[in-house]
Amino acid sequence: MNVTAVIINGIAVASLLVAFIKNRKKAIQSLEMALKSFIKILPMVFIIIIAIGLLLGFVPPEQISRFVGDQSGAGGILLVGIVGAIMHIPALLSFPLAASILESGASVTAVAAFITTLTMIGMITLPLEIKILGKKMALLRNGISFVIAILIAFIMGMIL
Amino acid sequence: MKPGGKQAKQKKKMIRDWFFLGITIVIVVVLLSVFPEKTEPVNSTVQEYFIEMMVILPAVMVIMGLFAVFISNETVVKHLGKTSGIKGIALSILIGTLPTGPLYIAFPMAATLLKKGARVSNIIVFLSAWACIKIPQEMVELQFLGGEFMLLRLFLTIIFVILMGVIIERIIKWSERENKKDVNRGVKG
Repeated sequence: MNVTAVIINGIAVASLLVAFIKNRKKAIQSLEMALKSFIKILPMVFIIIIAIGLLLGFVPPEQISRFVGDQSGAGGILLVGIVGAIMHIPALLSFPLAASILESGASVTAVAAFITTLTMIGMITLPLEIKILGKKMALLRNGISFVIAILIAFIMGMIL
Repeated sequence: MKPGGKQAKQKKKMIRDWFFLGITIVIVVVLLSVFPEKTEPVNSTVQEYFIEMMVILPAVMVIMGLFAVFISNETVVKHLGKTSGIKGIALSILIGTLPTGPLYIAFPMAATLLKKGARVSNIIVFLSAWACIKIPQEMVELQFLGGEFMLLRLFLTIIFVILMGVIIERIIKWSERENKKDVNRGVKG
């Protein structure tokens, strides 16, 4: 277990203790909810991890770095950004996926673009967003989010 | 939506996810029997990522569950509706980062806030923080991509999200003024 995992588990246990002291019933309710969401996300966790295994096992790093590596240029970054915007996986699972392509030769810029568009933009939920918040606001938010995601990615690539 | 309908929909989604997992496993088995030499690298990668995920995921879920139960949507709406300025933006980010559910839960909250007269910039910042600066996400990002990557992306995201909020507010105000002008012209002409 690494330091990050220890800290996160520590926070969880501490918050749980406080919750139990404050309100036992609500704390139990939270645990039930946690268990339910854990079971709900489990199949996706397995799918993503298997996909990562296949990706790292079958696709040679040279291929990955050719498309989304340091020399891939702005076109590759835009493509990764679009893939991130369209993909509909829980944000929590985008990080192991991102780590795996980083490990096999993708650039920091590409990985940052992927994560940022994936979390910020929801193509699948866009119709719902339009219905609830109006066309103007929803389209502006998603559109400008794409631009700033790419900007963030390029700045990160320059710094890291 | 009726609660029964929602449950049925969730159940359908669950079945679909497990079905996809089944297909994925079939694909892996077929691929690895065609290329047996890949079994070892695929296996070790899957194991490594599985362990890394499982040492944090239950804790992350517990934290999310606690926040979802202890902080209700009404509390969020109540606190965000009445603040403005820098304090409003800071609060929008802070509340958005609380580990409570997917983005589509935040849409109706944002709509309620807008109706109550909250600023557009705050709502955009709130939605964006909700989407991409959530505490559990940052934890998982820290675990898989490291502190430097996580902190830099967090810092840049906050800055750009605030900027976006201000820009979108300007655009929406401007377009509303234009609309009014058009209406006035129409009345005169």
